[in-house]
Amino acid sequence: MIPEIGHFALVMALLFAMVQSFFGLAGAARGQAAWMGAGRSAVTGQFVFVAIAFAALAWSFIQKDFSVLYVATNSNSELPVFFRFAAVWGAHEGSLLLWALCLAGWSLAVTALSSSLQVRFRSRVIGILGLISIGFMLFMLTTSNPFDRLVPAALEGKDLNPLLQDFALTIHPPILYLGYVGFSVAFAFGCATLLEGRLDSAWARWTRPWTLAAWLFLTVGIALGSWWAYYELGWGGWWFWDPVENASFMPWLAGTALIHSLAVTEKRGLFKSWTLLLAVSAFSLSLLGTFLVRSGVLVSVHAFATDPARGLFILAFLTVVIGGALALYAWRAPQLKSNAGFELAARESFVLFNNAFLVAALCLILLGTLYPLFMDAMELGKVSVGPPYFNMVFLVPMVPLLLLLGIGMHAVWKKSRLQPVRSRLLGIAAAGFAIAVIAGAAVYGEIRPMATIGFTLALWVMGSSLMIPLARLRAGQAVPGAVLGMAIAHFGVGVVTLGITGVQSFKIEEDVALAVGDTATIGGYDFRLAALRDARGPNYVAVEADVVISKDGAEITTLRPQKRLYNSGGNPMTEAGIQVGPGRDLFAALGEDLGQGRWSLRLQYKPLIRYIWLGALLIALGGGIAGLDRRYRRATAAAPGLERAAAEVTR
Amino acid sequence: MKKNLRPLLPIALFAGLIVFFIIGLQKDPSRIDSPLIGKPAPAFALEALDNPAVQVGSGDLAGRPWLLNVWATWCGGCRQEHTTLLEIAREGRVPMMGLNWRDDRSLALQWLVKLGNPYVSVAYDPEGRTAIDWGVYGAPETFLIGADGKVLHKQIGIMTAEIWRRDFLPLLAAQGGGP
Repeated sequence: MIPEIGHFALVMALLFAMVQSFFGLAGAARGQAAWMGAGRSAVTGQFVFVAIAFAALAWSFIQKDFSVLYVATNSNSELPVFFRFAAVWGAHEGSLLLWALCLAGWSLAVTALSSSLQVRFRSRVIGILGLISIGFMLFMLTTSNPFDRLVPAALEGKDLNPLLQDFALTIHPPILYLGYVGFSVAFAFGCATLLEGRLDSAWARWTRPWTLAAWLFLTVGIALGSWWAYYELGWGGWWFWDPVENASFMPWLAGTALIHSLAVTEKRGLFKSWTLLLAVSAFSLSLLGTFLVRSGVLVSVHAFATDPARGLFILAFLTVVIGGALALYAWRAPQLKSNAGFELAARESFVLFNNAFLVAALCLILLGTLYPLFMDAMELGKVSVGPPYFNMVFLVPMVPLLLLLGIGMHAVWKKSRLQPVRSRLLGIAAAGFAIAVIAGAAVYGEIRPMATIGFTLALWVMGSSLMIPLARLRAGQAVPGAVLGMAIAHFGVGVVTLGITGVQSFKIEEDVALAVGDTATIGGYDFRLAALRDARGPNYVAVEADVVISKDGAEITTLRPQKRLYNSGGNPMTEAGIQVGPGRDLFAALGEDLGQGRWSLRLQYKPLIRYIWLGALLIALGGGIAGLDRRYRRATAAAPGLERAAAEVTR
Repeated sequence: MKKNLRPLLPIALFAGLIVFFIIGLQKDPSRIDSPLIGKPAPAFALEALDNPAVQVGSGDLAGRPWLLNVWATWCGGCRQEHTTLLEIAREGRVPMMGLNWRDDRSLALQWLVKLGNPYVSVAYDPEGRTAIDWGVYGAPETFLIGADGKVLHKQIGIMTAEIWRRDFLPLLAAQGGGP
C-alpha cells in the first residue's frame, strides 16, 4: 500500500510540475497575475508530493518491504537501519528520486525567498524550474520507477552494495546532488533573463548567493567523495579522474568560473553574455554528468546494468533542456552589450584570466572524459585516457591560475593600481619560496622542483589571502562577509594546494607481504603486523589485523585494518586502518591472504593529505560566508540602490 | 569568426556532442570489442618486464591456446582479480602471458614479487601501443587466444572464478583443453 501511495505521489508531483511550468511561463508571457500565482502555488504542491514519494520509499526500506523491487535489490534484513534509510539513494531509481527532491526543495526555496524579484521574472524562473522537474518525473515514471513491485516478493533482499555501507558515502550523494541541482537556480535565472532579453546588475546580485549555495554543497560533496575513496577503496588514492568524478568536477569548475564572472557582471556590468553562458553551462554539465553516469554510455564496463531506454530518454531530455537554453542564448546574447572598459591590471582582467584558466581546465577534462567515446563512435578503436593525461592538463592551467590569484585579489576594479601592494606581495612570494625550500629540505630531506613550485604557490596564495582581512583589521575597519568569505575560500585553495603538493611529491606507498611478527619500514616508520584475528560486524565477517607502528623504537599507534566479507556475498571489502596526523597520515590496508600465514599489506605514508579536505571545507566555508553577506539580503527592487551597494563594496 | 556567429558556437558544439552520444548509445556495451573476436591476434614484440634485453611476443605461445591478461599496478580491478589469476595459473590448463600496461617497471615487478606471479612471461608496454592494437578499453582485460592464433574471447573487467568457469573453460574444452 505504502509503495502505491509513493507512486501516486510521484504522478501528482508530475502534474504539479506541469502546472508550475505552464502557468509560470505562460502567465509571465501574457502578464496574467492569477496564472503566475497558480504557478507559484504549484511549487509547494510539487514539493509536498515529492517529499511524500520519498518518505514512502524510505518507509519501504525501513520496513524491509522486499516486495518492492528496488528495496529487494538494494537492502537486506541484516542491514542496519541507518544504512537501510541511506539505501534509498543507493542505486539508480532512488538517486533520481533524491534528485527530484533536491530540485523541488530548491524550487521551494527560490519561490519563498524571491518575493522582492520582479513578478514576471520570478514567474519565469519558477516556470523553467518546473520544466526541469517535469523531465525528471517523466524519466522516473517511464523508465526508472522506484516503486515497481516484485512478484512474487523476495524473502530476503540482495543487500546494498557494501562499498556504500559507510557514513561518508551515505551523506555524500545528498550533498552532491544539492550542489548539482542547485545550479538549476542559476540556470533558470539565466534562461529567464535571456527570455526577457535584458540583464542588469540586480540580476547578477540575485544569482550570486544561489550560485554560491549550490557551489558550496558541490564543494563539500566532492570533498566527501574524495575522502571516502581514500579510506574505503583500500588504495589510499584521493582522486582517480574516473568519469563519475569528472562528472562532478566539471560543473564545479564551471560554477567556480561563474561565481567570479558574476562578480564582474554585478559590479561593473561586464561579461554579461559570458556570465549567462556559464550559468547555463554549470547546470548543463550537471545534467551531462548525470547522463554519462546513468546511461552507461561511457562507463559501460564498470557500470551497473544499463538500459538503452534510459540513455535515450536522458539524451532527449538533455537536448531539450541544454539545446533550448543554448538556442535562447544564441538568439538573445547579441543584444546584451557590455560597454565599459578596463585597464590591463584591473580586477576585471584577473577575473578574465581566472575564467580562461578554469574553462580551459574544464574543456580539457571534458575532452579527456569524452575522448574514448569519440574514438569509439568514429570506429577509430578503443582508447583509454588515464590519470597522466588529466594530471597534466589540470596542472598546466592551475599553476598560472594560482599565481594570478594571489595578485588578482588585491587589484581594484577598472584601473591598474597594484603599486600600493606590490612590495608586500613580492615579500610574500619571496617568503613563500624560502619557506618552501627550507621546509621541504628540513622535513622531507630533499628539494624537488615540482614540490617547491607547489609549496611556493600554496604559501603564496595563503599569504596573499590573509593580507586582505589583516590589513582591514589593522586599519580598524570592519571586514564585510563578502571580503572575509573570499579571503577564507582563497586561503582554502592554498591549503588544498599544500595538501596535493605534499602528498603527490612525498608519499610513500609500498605493498609488502608480512607474516605475524614481521616488520616493514617505510618513511622511517616501522609497521609490525602484530596479530591477525577474526572479527564480526552486524552483517559481515572480517579478518582484522593489528598493525603496530613505531618510529625510532617509540610506539605511535596500532592500526586495525579489516578485510570484510559481507554475508550477502560479493567481493571482499577493504577497511583501511589510518592514523591521522597534522603532518601525515599512516595508512595500512589488508590485501590478500597469501597462504602460510602471510598477508599482503598496502602500507602508505601520506604527508599533508588531510589538508586537501580541510582546504576544501575552508573553500566551502568561504563560499558560505560570502553568500550570507548583508547586501544580498537587502530588498533589491530598486535599481539605483545598486550603485550604492557597488560603491560600498569597492575597495 | 564573425562576431554575429559567435553566440551560435555553444549550440553548434552541443549539437555535435549529441550526435556522438546517439552513436555511442547504439553500441552495445556488453559487446564492446567484438571486432577482434575470430580475427588473428595482433602481433607484438615487447621488452620483458623483468629484463629489457629479452623480448616477449605474441608468437611465444603460438600453436596452443593461451591467455593474455592486461594489468597495471594502478588498476584496482587487477588487484581484485589477482587471486583468481593465481588460481588459474595453478590449475595449469593454459599458459597466461601478462601485458603490463602504462605502468612503472619497478612498481610492477614489486607487485609480482609481493602478490605472486601467475604469468609465464610479462610484456612491458609503458606507452600502451600494443594495448591499443588489442583494443584494450581499460585494465583489467583478459583475452583467450586459440591454437590457431585467433582471438576466441575477451573478458573486460575483473576475472572471477565464475566467469572463468562460464566463459573460458567451455572454449578451452573445445580447443582440446590444454595439457
